[in-house]
Amino acid sequence: MRKEFILTAEGVSKSFDGFKAINDLNFYLDAGELRTIIGPNGAGKSTFLDLITGRTRPDDGQIEFKGTPVTKKTEYQIYRMGIGRKFQTPSVYSDHTVYENILLGLKGSRSVWSAIFGRVTPAQNEQIYHVLEIIHLKDKAQVRAGALAHGQKQWLEIGMLIAQDPELMLVDEPAAGMTDEETARTGELLLSLAGKHTIIVIEHDMVFVRQLASKVTVLHQGHVLCEGSLDHVQNDERVIEVYLGRKKKHDAIHPEH
Amino acid sequence: MQTSFRKTELWGIGIGAIIILGILPALNAFTPESNIFHISDFTINLYGKYLCYAVLAISVDLLWGYTGLLSLGQCLFFALGGYAFGMHLMLLIGKLGQYHSDLPDFMVFLGYPALPPHWVPFRSFWFAAAAVVLVPGFLALVFGFLAFRSRIRGVYFSILTQALTYGACLMFFRNDFTFGGNNGLTDFKFILGYDVRSAATQRCLFMATGVLLILTYVFCRWLTRTKFGKIQRAVRDSENRFLFSGYAAANFKLFVFVVSAIIAGLAGALYVPQVGIINPSEMAPDKSLEAVVWVAVGGRGTLIGPVVGAIAVNALKSWATRAFPDLWLIILGAMFVIVVLFLPKGIVGLPAQLFALFKQSAVYLKKKSEQPGIAAELPLKAPDSQYEKRIHPHR
Ligand SMILES: Nc1ncnc2c1ncn2[C@@H]1O[C@H](COP(=O)(O)OP(=O)(O)OP(=O)(O)O)[C@@H](O)[C@H]1O
Ligand SMILES: [Mg+2]
Repeated sequence: MRKEFILTAEGVSKSFDGFKAINDLNFYLDAGELRTIIGPNGAGKSTFLDLITGRTRPDDGQIEFKGTPVTKKTEYQIYRMGIGRKFQTPSVYSDHTVYENILLGLKGSRSVWSAIFGRVTPAQNEQIYHVLEIIHLKDKAQVRAGALAHGQKQWLEIGMLIAQDPELMLVDEPAAGMTDEETARTGELLLSLAGKHTIIVIEHDMVFVRQLASKVTVLHQGHVLCEGSLDHVQNDERVIEVYLGRKKKHDAIHPEH
Repeated sequence: MQTSFRKTELWGIGIGAIIILGILPALNAFTPESNIFHISDFTINLYGKYLCYAVLAISVDLLWGYTGLLSLGQCLFFALGGYAFGMHLMLLIGKLGQYHSDLPDFMVFLGYPALPPHWVPFRSFWFAAAAVVLVPGFLALVFGFLAFRSRIRGVYFSILTQALTYGACLMFFRNDFTFGGNNGLTDFKFILGYDVRSAATQRCLFMATGVLLILTYVFCRWLTRTKFGKIQRAVRDSENRFLFSGYAAANFKLFVFVVSAIIAGLAGALYVPQVGIINPSEMAPDKSLEAVVWVAVGGRGTLIGPVVGAIAVNALKSWATRAFPDLWLIILGAMFVIVVLFLPKGIVGLPAQLFALFKQSAVYLKKKSEQPGIAAELPLKAPDSQYEKRIHPHR
């Protein structure tokens, strides 16, 4: 039964200085699935990705990828198991060119030796340009990544993820700071990747979430509040309470909002 | 643009090589002292020291400027290379020492019955030469392994390297550590069968240092242009992204750390026969700090910067310590502050900085004259789409 899931998290908890960022979280993901996680600020969405990718270790509970626990592994070991990640704030190498960013993300040997003596093969070069074409940055190949617009940086980081070609992609707020048109294109891009990869997307933008038309998990105070289609969760009493209830309280404290 | 840059660089290396390996030694050897172009033995010796410092500075920059690892203990490796070669020179003195013993003078003085076993193989030049590379390399390997595996970064790494060199300094100060204690190793007589103090030998040592500098430069230029070089900068700029792109960052840092320790050790080995002494003060913490200042002043993250910085600051030091002996540390500190505040790219970055400033002011003036155009570029969004977009209250 458990074997069917590509990713399972059971009873996972994580506190920071006594504050429970993740609280008895249970999460199951089918292989090949596209899943969207939503939830208010501070719900623990990014922390959950940190736990999967080895950036932080859980206090309690187990996370398994294809049946292998990841909680004791280092970042690069987890990467090599086939998990890739895009950060919430776009993390690209701003002093490197767009081309070099993709090159450094490209699947392949990660040894010191190959870094010194390896050459970029024509096949790799082609692959890099293929990725650049997908993310619409082909004509910017030799531009410094730091000079890109915010949305393009987001795409570049998604490009590094595509170049890595992991089984499981973790994509944290890919559309943040994008125009509506860019957001729609990002949605199309993720949908086109969905067939080949298992993907978790974290997003606040409901138009975008609707476009993905995937199963949605609502996270609240480090716990899964509710799961199902977007329409289902939007009509769930608890979800409305979490979003709207907090809004009322928030407005009561800050009437000027 | 890339190719033309490399061409000028090749020219620069070529001209540098001609000056260091041809013109300066020739002026020293073949012009009479009365000639205004004559370079004295003292000066050649001083320049040789500067070149050693330049190599050391490149090793600091390979770590700091290229990889973001600010080592405040690089002189430890420099001094270890110096000690390894100094031990060999010490044993070449033979019976010509003050006590006319086979043992080095300090050992007679401290009452050693015989040469300590770990000194014996240093009779061989090749063993000593190997030790020059292996001792700094091995220490860097062990220390780096422990530090990088425990994810010691940033200022913690800097403090730890400083502590390491300080600890080693204290050890070498002890007489029972068998390396001459306070006085270190000195009074060298021969090197490879030649009189180490003769003008001809010193000239050859100067040229050898020139060769080391050029080789170091070319090696580092090559290394920093490979994918490894891109990785160095990736570690420096975004170690997080790098880790989560599947690289074991510790291995890459360890490699650079060891390479730069070896480079520093080689520089130290050539330094010792030219200054005629190596003692624990060479690994005192302030020496390593000074080396960092050279790199900052010259321009970090470039290869020419450290060379320019090491030579310029030391030339200034030679002059200032004679002109204002009490003020040197203040001058050095002031220089560092000025560079950090106003010249982030050092001396070699100055032309580009001035050019950028010039361009910026030109753009600013132009913008000012066409102000009204800006409002038209403000983004317009339909309010209802904004509303549907976020059910999130805080944004
Ligand atoms: N390394 C850390 N140290 C201390 N507190 C942390 C750490 N990481 C996360 N937190 C805290 O855990 C809580 C959850 O943060 P997290 O970033 O996971 O929220 P999120 O759901 O991603 O929110 P957002 O929508 O704003 O990105 C926050 O209160 C945050 O301050
Ligand atoms: Mg987040």
